Amino acid sequence: MKLKKGIPLIDQGDKLGFWGGKFGGNFVPETLKKPIEDLEILFNKLKKDKKFIKERDKYFKNWVGSPTRFIKLNNLTKHVGGAQIWSKVVSDANGGAHKIYNATVHCLIAKRSGKKIICGDTGAGYAGKMLSMAAKKFGLKCKIFMGMKDIQRQQPNVKAMKKNGAEVIPVYSGSQTLVDAVSECMRYWVANCDKAAMCVGSTVGPAAFVRICGWSTSQISRELKVQLIDEFGSIPKKLKLYNCVGGGSSSFGFWNEFMDYDKKQCEFIGVEAGGPAKSKKHAAPLTYGSKIGILHGAAQYVNQNSDGQIEETESISAGLDYPGVSPLHCFLKDTKRARYTAASDEEALNAYKLVTKYEKLSPSLEPSHAFSVAIKEAKKLSKDTIVVVNSCGDAYKDRGILEKRLGKKYVKSN
Amino acid sequence: MLNPISLAFKKAKQENRPALLTYTVAGDSSKKQSLDILKSISKNADILEVGVPHNTPVADGSQIQNSAYRAIKNGIRMDDIFKIVKDFKKINKKKPIILMGYYNMIYQYGENNYLNKCRTAGVNGLIVVDLPWPENKVFAKKCKSKSIYFIQLLSPTTTKERLKKIIKDSHPMNYFISMLSTTGGKLKISPKEILKNYYKIKKINLKKDIVIGFGITEKTIRNFKSADGLVVGSAICKEISRSLKYRQNPVTNVNRIVSKLKNKIL
Repeated sequence: MKLKKGIPLIDQGDKLGFWGGKFGGNFVPETLKKPIEDLEILFNKLKKDKKFIKERDKYFKNWVGSPTRFIKLNNLTKHVGGAQIWSKVVSDANGGAHKIYNATVHCLIAKRSGKKIICGDTGAGYAGKMLSMAAKKFGLKCKIFMGMKDIQRQQPNVKAMKKNGAEVIPVYSGSQTLVDAVSECMRYWVANCDKAAMCVGSTVGPAAFVRICGWSTSQISRELKVQLIDEFGSIPKKLKLYNCVGGGSSSFGFWNEFMDYDKKQCEFIGVEAGGPAKSKKHAAPLTYGSKIGILHGAAQYVNQNSDGQIEETESISAGLDYPGVSPLHCFLKDTKRARYTAASDEEALNAYKLVTKYEKLSPSLEPSHAFSVAIKEAKKLSKDTIVVVNSCGDAYKDRGILEKRLGKKYVKSN
Repeated sequence: MLNPISLAFKKAKQENRPALLTYTVAGDSSKKQSLDILKSISKNADILEVGVPHNTPVADGSQIQNSAYRAIKNGIRMDDIFKIVKDFKKINKKKPIILMGYYNMIYQYGENNYLNKCRTAGVNGLIVVDLPWPENKVFAKKCKSKSIYFIQLLSPTTTKERLKKIIKDSHPMNYFISMLSTTGGKLKISPKEILKNYYKIKKINLKKDIVIGFGITEKTIRNFKSADGLVVGSAICKEISRSLKYRQNPVTNVNRIVSKLKNKIL
């Protein structure tokens, strides 16, 4: 299994949509074969269409707000002592997280295909919130599927979705989290694929959705590359890119443009959700050696029992609380291009405390996982090492959890 | 020897009626009860579809989901399902059984291992919801070598060209999904239109037995009498849920429903 240079990773899959011959694919009901094929053909055409790219860039610039900031965290760097800690503040983007890129592109594609409805899944509520924003912007009816547990713990985003006119459909099956929301959304699409478009909220699902999402979030690394060269004159000799990994859309987007660099120069570190320190449950299939299985149409490393039943996950962060992970990350793991590790709930909370204490930055619980590992490792790294953490979400949505776990003073500072 | 599935279609045709296929979830609501249900409905059902419960089903509506969650909650494992089939076959060797489920369960068991187990237990056919053509070509061949039918699903969204290719590769039985829906949906289009689509597919190769599933209930079944076979699933699962709720015996209630269904297609 090998990464190819000079070809975007999203285009390195084989004819059946498998990366490295075994990750991804299209394990879907027959009914979805045609809609997915139509989407794939349209996407392949559009991504070569200069007019479409121009349109995308226009919305990314004027509506999403591109580029998002790239800043040095001076105080945190001083406190930690070691590598320089920087952050790509993707939470600057309209809506407060990277999910806006995928949502915008899916709505643009849906418009081209003539669909009037778009449906999507959400965990932390960001994918849903952004899809509701984009749907409103582009005049599409929007349906968001969300697990009941997530509805309860991510209220600010639920309110935002409803305000944007989206219908939020609670999912009561299974663990009532993201995994069930994706299943329910796919079921809705099975029954309504003639009139509705589907947006999968991360680089997961059937291959076409993995590719579209990866293509969309890659905006993050396109910007970062320019910003690094502006700041340092060239791509730094020792660059380390830290990102949380749930489904894996922000991390893939954060790394994509740097794929062809040697990993000694540009290392990718993916941080999964290790769950509560005292719990055996986690959402870290790459870190804890989960076996390959099929989930939501794609082969991937996934938490499951020996029969193939998908196991329940546990994480303080709804956005990372997913038993599987993108086929792209499985491929990056097996080719050893990226390194994966996990942070526990408690470690993420501590990192949040530290970052907000020293910096005017309020990363949500998802990127707090990445900060946790970045801070730990930065201590041991040389001063000329550039550590960049993707702060891909804003903590506003987490204030209920933060207040409960850390007390009121941490919420006021938001 | 002819696969019992084909024999069942032949027999139904001789009686000038469609074959009745039932779908129940293995282990719903317990291993013993699901076996008892199979035993009792086998008098009226021509082919028994046994659902392999999975906890992330992307094509099942709420009725079958409820059955599946119940079965999983009660601890059903893959090996238990093989045992249920085996125990059933001990008393009724000729009644065809089809396992229906999602690919991950087969993938984790190992394709060859799974098929060997199927064969020993007496499984006659497999429906794998999320292993479409052409991804299923290799596995379908393996099934054939074990004399197990791999049943292809055909949908209203399947293009004409694709239909031809799938049917060309298919085994003697195929399954037509009547409409765009998960299982258990209400009929969205008229039976007439469904049959029109059905005959378009049927015409491609008249020798293939093609059943219609999705939206078939006591109310609608009579309209589809001209098909080779009809599958009723959600209506049965719903009856099990209802019986449990009112503390009635699911075995007798389900048996009554299946017998009614049968009477309507005679």
